[in-house]
Amino acid sequence: MAKARKIPKIIEKPSSFCPGCGHGIAIRLIAECLEELGQDENIIFGIGVGCSSLLGGVLETDRLHCLHGRASAVCTGMKRVSPENIVISYQGDGDAYSIGLSETTNAAYRNENITVITVNNTNFGMTGGQMSSTTLQGQKTTTSPNGRDCSITGSPIKFPELVAQQFNVAYVARGSVTSPAKINKLKGYIKNALEAQINGEGYSVVEILSPCPTNWGMTPLQAFEKIDNEIVKEFPIGEFKKREGK
Amino acid sequence: MAEMIKGNHAISEAAIRYGARLYAGYPITPSTEIMEYLSWRMPEVGGTFVQAESELAGINMVIGGAACGVRSFTASSGPGISLKQEGITQLYDEELAAVIINVVRYGNGIGTLYTAQCDYLRETRGGGNGDYRAIVLCPESIQEAVELVGLAFDLADKYRTVAVLMTEGALGQMMEPCTLPDFIETKRAPWGFDGKYSYKKVGIFDRDSMKEAVLMNEKHNAIKANEQRWEDENLEDADYVFVAFGLPGRSTKGAVKKLQEEGNKVGFIRPITAWPFPEEAFKKINPNVKGLITVEANATGQLVEDVALTVKKVLRADIPVYSLPYVYGIPAMKTIKADYKKIVDGEIKEVF
Ligand SMILES: Cc1ncc(C[n+]2csc(CCOP(=O)(O)OP(=O)(O)O)c2C)c(N)n1
Ligand code: SF4
Repeated sequence: MAKARKIPKIIEKPSSFCPGCGHGIAIRLIAECLEELGQDENIIFGIGVGCSSLLGGVLETDRLHCLHGRASAVCTGMKRVSPENIVISYQGDGDAYSIGLSETTNAAYRNENITVITVNNTNFGMTGGQMSSTTLQGQKTTTSPNGRDCSITGSPIKFPELVAQQFNVAYVARGSVTSPAKINKLKGYIKNALEAQINGEGYSVVEILSPCPTNWGMTPLQAFEKIDNEIVKEFPIGEFKKREGK
Repeated sequence: MAEMIKGNHAISEAAIRYGARLYAGYPITPSTEIMEYLSWRMPEVGGTFVQAESELAGINMVIGGAACGVRSFTASSGPGISLKQEGITQLYDEELAAVIINVVRYGNGIGTLYTAQCDYLRETRGGGNGDYRAIVLCPESIQEAVELVGLAFDLADKYRTVAVLMTEGALGQMMEPCTLPDFIETKRAPWGFDGKYSYKKVGIFDRDSMKEAVLMNEKHNAIKANEQRWEDENLEDADYVFVAFGLPGRSTKGAVKKLQEEGNKVGFIRPITAWPFPEEAFKKINPNVKGLITVEANATGQLVEDVALTVKKVLRADIPVYSLPYVYGIPAMKTIKADYKKIVDGEIKEVF
């Protein structure tokens, strides 16, 4: 018999994401990890602008809706004045890597002791599926109607790889939500990221490949397949920087 | 005991003594000495200093500190303050208490390094998107700047809003004797985040803008009723009343004294709060006054708009309102006196 997972205490309401959206899984995993680490009453979120904002309606925790792209700077301020609290930024790819690339990168550059969770659905979900910095070559969006032409728009940005290669940070990983096994793995990544913060090891970031069936014009199942068949080729999953001694 | 101290250093030390424990900013002349000073001073008192990658990041770090209930502030000038506007309106919207120091420099765009008052309208009208107003305090001396830093933090806490110290490049750079305040006991605002969700928040998607509009007007009205501050002299008997703030205000006070000694019936109002504008002061003005004159360090005349509106509101009469906009710098007393003569002789026309 399948074991029902206990709903974490800080989850107050059901989410209002579209059917098949990956945000709900991501938030659930974060809440489970916080509870299992005994940090669910010691948590402050900086929430990005986008569908990620809906986290604010799901969790009963301290949380601030940050300006578009600025969550890493806000979380820097929070963590510096309250180092005993766990501070997580929760952002979409547009928020973290397009408008907020400067704030996101500089927090990693400083090795701020915060955890950044980015939900990469390769478009601006909330505003109707425009091209973002992670949109794949040839991917149709409302601002790349003929498919993204990377020769004039730049190629998909791989923030975890950039951070792992260039900066002195604690933990970097990318996971996916497309199967129970991958979800379990992703949960392990999130836990590692949070443990790194709890132990004061420094900056941690976990990128989550997440379906956006609504803007991809697909059924939830087709969207999962797109991630498994196409997106992971551009954005491989795994740990890019492991915690020292782990 | 009063000691000689540079304006920007005095402001920084005052903020520390009034309990500020987070500073985040990005250097820009003529405000840079504030962050240079705090880079070593903040760690000494166990506070947070971050040299941010931009003014955008700096103001957002202030948002983070303020959200945790810690007295947080930043300083900048010209285009740096422009970048901070996004965060300032957000601070206001989230009802977070924070202090912004604008060491005003002259010009549009990148601007110049001249001392000026060209940001008057922006500061007194909020500056960022939306409908809000920040409390704006403008010192005429280093001693007053130090006192207003404390007032700025107190008012920001009291009304859960943003308070701006609108000072001027020259005041930041010059030295004067100044007595610094004693240290206050630092404490966090009771509504700050503690990780336990002790302070409940209305969810992002459950907000009611109609209700919030009523509360916002109530807050603004309370600030207008309780917090107007100014200095004035000889309003009841004046033929002409000067209105000026900051360093030009100080110069104007000197000019008014000289003009009085020469037999002219003149008085002055020096706003200390630019918002709320000190309307109360205008109630004292001689009903038969012949005109009001603003002295300003900007190109177009900005303060004159508030003076004209206040004349209409308080005096309810068609009294000429003149403006002497000296673009940048601090006008000399003799320049103000000479231009006063031109106004009296009809050579300078009223603006309103
Ligand atoms: C300064 C600013 N510019 C633009 C917007 C409009 N906007 C809201 S959400 C969004 C895109 C969000 O995309 P992403 O971060 O990928 O999140 P998702 O919705 O896909 O989860 C944009 C452009 C805004 N709120 N603020
Ligand atoms: S638009 Fe996309 S990202 Fe947003 S809730 Fe719907 S599926 Fe999720």
